[in-house]
Amino acid sequence: MSSEDYLKDISEIKNLMNKSSRFISLSGLAGILAGFYALIGAGFAYWLVSKSTRGYLILDGEIFRIILLDLVLVLIFSVGTAIYLTTRKAKKNGERIWDATTKRLLINFLVPLIAGGLYILIILSQHKYGHTGALMLLFYGLALINASKHTVKDVKYLGYTEIVLGLIGALYPGYGFWFWVLGFGVMHIFYGSLMYFKHERGQ
Amino acid sequence: MKNILNNINKAFDHRVRLGIMSILVVNEYADFKTLKELLGATDGNLASHSKALEKVEFIRVEKQFIGRKPNTRYYATKLGKMEFKKHVEALEKLLKG
Repeated sequence: MSSEDYLKDISEIKNLMNKSSRFISLSGLAGILAGFYALIGAGFAYWLVSKSTRGYLILDGEIFRIILLDLVLVLIFSVGTAIYLTTRKAKKNGERIWDATTKRLLINFLVPLIAGGLYILIILSQHKYGHTGALMLLFYGLALINASKHTVKDVKYLGYTEIVLGLIGALYPGYGFWFWVLGFGVMHIFYGSLMYFKHERGQ
Repeated sequence: MKNILNNINKAFDHRVRLGIMSILVVNEYADFKTLKELLGATDGNLASHSKALEKVEFIRVEKQFIGRKPNTRYYATKLGKMEFKKHVEALEKLLKG
């Protein structure tokens, strides 16, 4: 065998290892759009709170309920866009959307995320809401890192970024909103663009 | 040089066999259909190569039923993983040298 054959063997091995254990059709464009939804949602919440007579947020008011709804809408639009664009990309790549790899990806992502979500709801019901934004960033970051072994590497770096932002945000509880905007808005757009230019452009 | 060539394993001297091992070292297991799709091999081709690997005990095969459908799962053995690692390291050394 010549060294060209060895090189071919090595690249074939790497390719199969990746293809069989990682879901690579995750859409960067979906990340970018999720970032924009988060910015729009946050902008709306900011406007709502600042035009209210109090100028700050309390837990039992009407405004809080609208903001919760706002948050749920951002989530639904983001997840919906991600499912749509990722399915489309997987079809184009000839990758299966529902197999052992995507199942593992989802389970690894959802377990920390749901645990964190429930924890946040519990402490909100106990009227401790100073750290909500930081906790959302932390648990989301952990979920991303946990899921990243089954998909593209960029997800891991986004995860680390969210954790760092969450921890700094926890140090400055009054600025939780801004760290949330940075983590869920700006960072999604940043890493989404990175993925888009690396894997999708020109496809 | 002779040492390196000793680690190039004849059992992996085929695209499909190398492929089966690559998939099984990074996954807990893979079933026949998954291997077939990933490798782009025919039924008979995959069956004969997996048998060759099973014979040298680099992989382990489990047959079971999911509902009424037969399902065959392939696992890499400890020995298989070790030999595969040696093989890849030898390949890399050969490329560098």
